[in-house]
Amino acid sequence: MNAASLPNSVSAIESAALRSDRFRLEREADWQRLEAIVTRMEKGRLRRLSDEDLLALPGLYRTVASSLSIARETSLDAATLAYLEVLVQRAWFVVYGPRTSLWDWLRGFLGGGWSAAVRAIWIDLTVALAVMIAGVAVGWLLVAHDVNWYHALVGGDMAGSRVPGATPQALRGTLFGEADRPGMSVFAAQLFSNNAQVSILAFALGFAFGLPSLMLLVQNMASLGAMLWLYSGAGLLVDFAGWLAVHGTTELFAILLAGGAGLHIGRALAFPGNRPILQAASEAGRRSALVMTGVVLMLIVAALLEGFARQMVDQTFGRFVIGGFMLSLWCAYFFAFRGNLGKVRAA
Amino acid sequence: MRRRHRSRDRVLTTPEGISVPVTVGSRGSRVGALLLDLTFISLLIGLTTMALILMAGGVAAFEHQIGQQNALGHALQFLVIVWIVIMFLFRNAYFLFFELGPRGATPGKRISGIRIAARDGGRLTAEMVIARNLLRDVELFLPIIFIVQAGADSGMGWLAAAGWFAIFLLFPLFNRDALRAGDVIAGTWVVERPRRKLEAALSVSRERAAESRGEHHAEAPARRGYRFEEAELAVYGEYELQALERVLRDDRAQSLESVYQTIAHKIGRSDGWNDERAFLEDYYTQLRARLEAGMRMGRRKANKFSGTPQ
Repeated sequence: MNAASLPNSVSAIESAALRSDRFRLEREADWQRLEAIVTRMEKGRLRRLSDEDLLALPGLYRTVASSLSIARETSLDAATLAYLEVLVQRAWFVVYGPRTSLWDWLRGFLGGGWSAAVRAIWIDLTVALAVMIAGVAVGWLLVAHDVNWYHALVGGDMAGSRVPGATPQALRGTLFGEADRPGMSVFAAQLFSNNAQVSILAFALGFAFGLPSLMLLVQNMASLGAMLWLYSGAGLLVDFAGWLAVHGTTELFAILLAGGAGLHIGRALAFPGNRPILQAASEAGRRSALVMTGVVLMLIVAALLEGFARQMVDQTFGRFVIGGFMLSLWCAYFFAFRGNLGKVRAA
Repeated sequence: MRRRHRSRDRVLTTPEGISVPVTVGSRGSRVGALLLDLTFISLLIGLTTMALILMAGGVAAFEHQIGQQNALGHALQFLVIVWIVIMFLFRNAYFLFFELGPRGATPGKRISGIRIAARDGGRLTAEMVIARNLLRDVELFLPIIFIVQAGADSGMGWLAAAGWFAIFLLFPLFNRDALRAGDVIAGTWVVERPRRKLEAALSVSRERAAESRGEHHAEAPARRGYRFEEAELAVYGEYELQALERVLRDDRAQSLESVYQTIAHKIGRSDGWNDERAFLEDYYTQLRARLEAGMRMGRRKANKFSGTPQ
């Protein structure tokens, strides 16, 4: 520990009757130094730690860990053993704790970790995409077959004036001329918060073997299909697609990712393969967590596009340009960008 | 070495190959931690909401102004955006922020004395923390909202859905390690946060204590007197040694007395009368020396019933 107590402890080592006590007294200083460092780190006072202590931490941890192994084989001092076990455990928490700062993590995440995670779940994304397309088709066909389905698929709040039998002018009014609507930014923030919560739900439901995630996708997409049918009947299909494309390419992509991530977990739980089920689940869970963090970011972008860009760009061609640009941007990022993958894996 | 919760003790292997005993956090302390955290979150939400309303200058004026396209309207819109974003963050980022810190625990968990750790003994990564917290929605908020919203007229469909949600909510009750769904997905678990001071070694404490008081060894001659024969030491094993250590550390005259009686009777000695503690300390030191010498030779004696280390 320090020089003042040294003579005392030297004589104590000499006078100790038992070999295990001498072992303990010789190493006590290291143990207590490690304990002091760990205690300070647990209290979150990282900045007050000297560089010297920080550099010594891994070495001290291994020293104490080996002390514990030796003590287990040579010492019957229960108090020392219990202390060492607890100290090794505490030091282990610190040494193997979440080390990366949020900033470093974010850099690794954007610089390749996210796109790698998205590529890693491509099977699930394909399935989710197929399910979404099927959902749109189902919605369209159901409503085309019987108009009453429309109210079942599109909720009253969401529908507003977009109901079967509405005049093409009324429908056109829902697509254009919102530029001077007040409170757009608030609307965008609400959209984000709402959509993010829904996508987190779609992901979390994957825990039940992925089926609820798929059901949620089908349900959402069916209402989209029903609305497509409605606007197509009024000859506004292209305009509606443009209205949707501004934010929809980003938002639907995010929902696709969330559903795919949920499915990925569900698949790992249902078919773990050769791995133990818990290990399979946690590997899938970590990969999906990366994807989901990205989904939240995408939904922020989508909400900004929906809240601002859609209202400001009041014509179909411009909307398609924005939507198409966003779509190609995401595709390029996820499937072409390789980034600093090596660094991310190492982290 | 008092192990009261054997059913919750686990052994975890660190990447160095050291096995470390951990204790899984009890379900009670986890519920307590969660309730504390939810209380903190609602307090934070309440306070920020009130602060923002104060800044906006009253609810009535607020309703009127929010739709206006003037400077005040924009300022109020900004406040609303801030509010929505803060609500989202409180709900989702509160747990993330604290569990990513060096303590690996939210304030509620800290108060309850528990923390999260990686189940495989490796590093606790940011992805794990994110994954385990993303599932909280479906495990906690959704079932509770769902069950609260249902009325008396809810039928079979509601029952089925409630049962289905209850699976998530009650998941920790149905597995040994009290894992919730988020823990399964993330590969984490919740363990007790250990805390223990290094106690003085019994077999050297007397000398050190005497030295620190500046006394001489000669002042306490009576303690030096007890020597035990090999046969007298051979009757006990490690289990009894640890029991004796506990008694000596607790240092209660009554239990010292009765333990002295037992040992003295067993080995057939009566010379430690009225000097029980010194007698037991010497017996402890010599028994430990003997058992440890056996350990070094690869012979262990677990308790008094097992064979002698010959």
